[in-house]
Amino acid sequence: MGLLSRIFGTKSASSEPKAKPAVKSDVEKKAETIKKEEKPVADKITVGHVHMSGCTGCLVSLADNYGGLLTILDKYADLVYGLTLADVRHIPKMDVALVEGSVCIQDKLSVHEIKEAREKAAVVVAVGGCACYGNITRFGRGGQPNQPQHESYLPIGDLIKVDVYIPGCAPTPQLIRNVCVMAYLLLKGNKDQQELAKKYLTPLMQLADRGTEACGCDLMYDVVNQGLCMGCGSCAAACPVRAITHEYGKPNVNREMCIKCGACYAQCPRSFFNFDVIPEFEGIMDAIDAALK
Amino acid sequence: MPLMRHSNEVREMAGELGKYKLCVSARSADKAILKKAQDGGIVTQLFKFALEEGIIDGAIVAGPGDEPWRPRPFIATTVEELMSSSGTKYNISPQVSWIKEATRSYGLDKIGIVGTPCQMQAVRKGQLYPVGLRDVPDKIKLAIGIFCMENFSYQSVKQLVEDHAAMKMEAVKKMEIGKGKFWVYGQRGQVVQLPLKVTHKYEQPGCHVCLDYVANLADVSTGSVGSPDGWSTVFVRTRNGDDIWSKAIAAGCFETKPIEQVKPGLELVTKLATEKITKNQKTVEERAKFGVNKGLRNPYLGPK
Repeated sequence: MGLLSRIFGTKSASSEPKAKPAVKSDVEKKAETIKKEEKPVADKITVGHVHMSGCTGCLVSLADNYGGLLTILDKYADLVYGLTLADVRHIPKMDVALVEGSVCIQDKLSVHEIKEAREKAAVVVAVGGCACYGNITRFGRGGQPNQPQHESYLPIGDLIKVDVYIPGCAPTPQLIRNVCVMAYLLLKGNKDQQELAKKYLTPLMQLADRGTEACGCDLMYDVVNQGLCMGCGSCAAACPVRAITHEYGKPNVNREMCIKCGACYAQCPRSFFNFDVIPEFEGIMDAIDAALK
Repeated sequence: MPLMRHSNEVREMAGELGKYKLCVSARSADKAILKKAQDGGIVTQLFKFALEEGIIDGAIVAGPGDEPWRPRPFIATTVEELMSSSGTKYNISPQVSWIKEATRSYGLDKIGIVGTPCQMQAVRKGQLYPVGLRDVPDKIKLAIGIFCMENFSYQSVKQLVEDHAAMKMEAVKKMEIGKGKFWVYGQRGQVVQLPLKVTHKYEQPGCHVCLDYVANLADVSTGSVGSPDGWSTVFVRTRNGDDIWSKAIAAGCFETKPIEQVKPGLELVTKLATEKITKNQKTVEERAKFGVNKGLRNPYLGPK
């Protein structure tokens, strides 16, 4: 808590907009409102939403932060690219590319754009199961109108290096929000903030490093088979298609139902559990809440 | 509301006991709860208070399952349902599996959940990294953790009770681990004790890498260790937990005694916590060189 209050405390004292103490006097509030309006836009990071073969559900999830999204766009990030939200034709240079969807390798434009996104963005985040693992597009084999020859869909990590994974179908508004705030701290924060952001993002970076295949089987291969499962039930709660039940206190995956989104394994406390971050849950959640006020 | 408080500061213990604002020995003031309770009836009483006060809409508890002594996660939205779930079952109930469903099918906006230390870890990971828990993180309003040395599968407990203690599962009135033994109490008054040496091999393997004994990440954690029979040791840990606990004390829900004044007290809790964590830390290290130049996964280093 000491570290966190220092991190977020020092931040609010500086000229950069950041987490503020929850309780403020009216005078302080007014002062801050004025400060916010004068704040130079240059402090923000630039973010783009790159749309590959996905259902736009990930974008909807981002939007489902409601007021929080407006705060993010107001204080921390400028949306410089996004087919549905920004009137920009070509992928510009940006700090963070949020990529949704897998890449259809028969679609030249998609292949070109994902490579361009890698070149133009400092950080590439795979948002959602399709970008991370292929997800439901893993089952695509062509034949659909009006491009029946579009039959091969790859997770973006098979074509470019990806820095951060946000698995799940759809990824949750809250995890996207947390990653956005942490990405801001990583790129624009002070030393302590950068350190926290790095620690927070590390497991999501390690997931990106781990590979582009995911399945409910991961629970067997990497948790149960490794003697790590303790039957908490996180995987079943995380599964968007209710493919996971528990038999004898251990997960039982209906593999016919699994859509390969990667949520179960990433949610499992025995896939990763970072003792330098999670025990600070109270302070970090407070800070994120305050950052979005 | 600082009743029975020893310190307002968060005490940063050297890891084993986690952070806490307050530690007391306590029991429910409600005779009906005590009658069915494992020890001091802390979990049932605190959830009952939270339900009645509207702090939570419902609680994920380990309710009665299809077979005797086989728990299943159960969403209690009434005091009667809570009461039917009291007592320790000593086998796995995947509590977290209902955490999203509780906000969907059951429509809960304010969830209570009770669980083992690893389940509290799962809850907190779910709040900070909600990969598949859309809109769940801020709906968790009271997470109660229970002390846990290790857990058993249902089949393991059945093996212990039916093979080792030679009792039918349905004939068991209470099970308990204490004073270095596994105790099985029959409905007709018979008592069988098994040395823990016998029970060890039936433990759930996943428990052997667990580095938490007293549910360090809960809002409030509780267990029998450290307190006299019929009482429980209680750690109040988070700001939220402190708020609810203070209100419950003010409402007269609990009798409390300073932990410094009870036997065996915090010394035993610290000793057992240190033993568990040291042993399991060693297991984690040994797993790294389990094979020939090949090891087993270490979840604390990352998902690879």
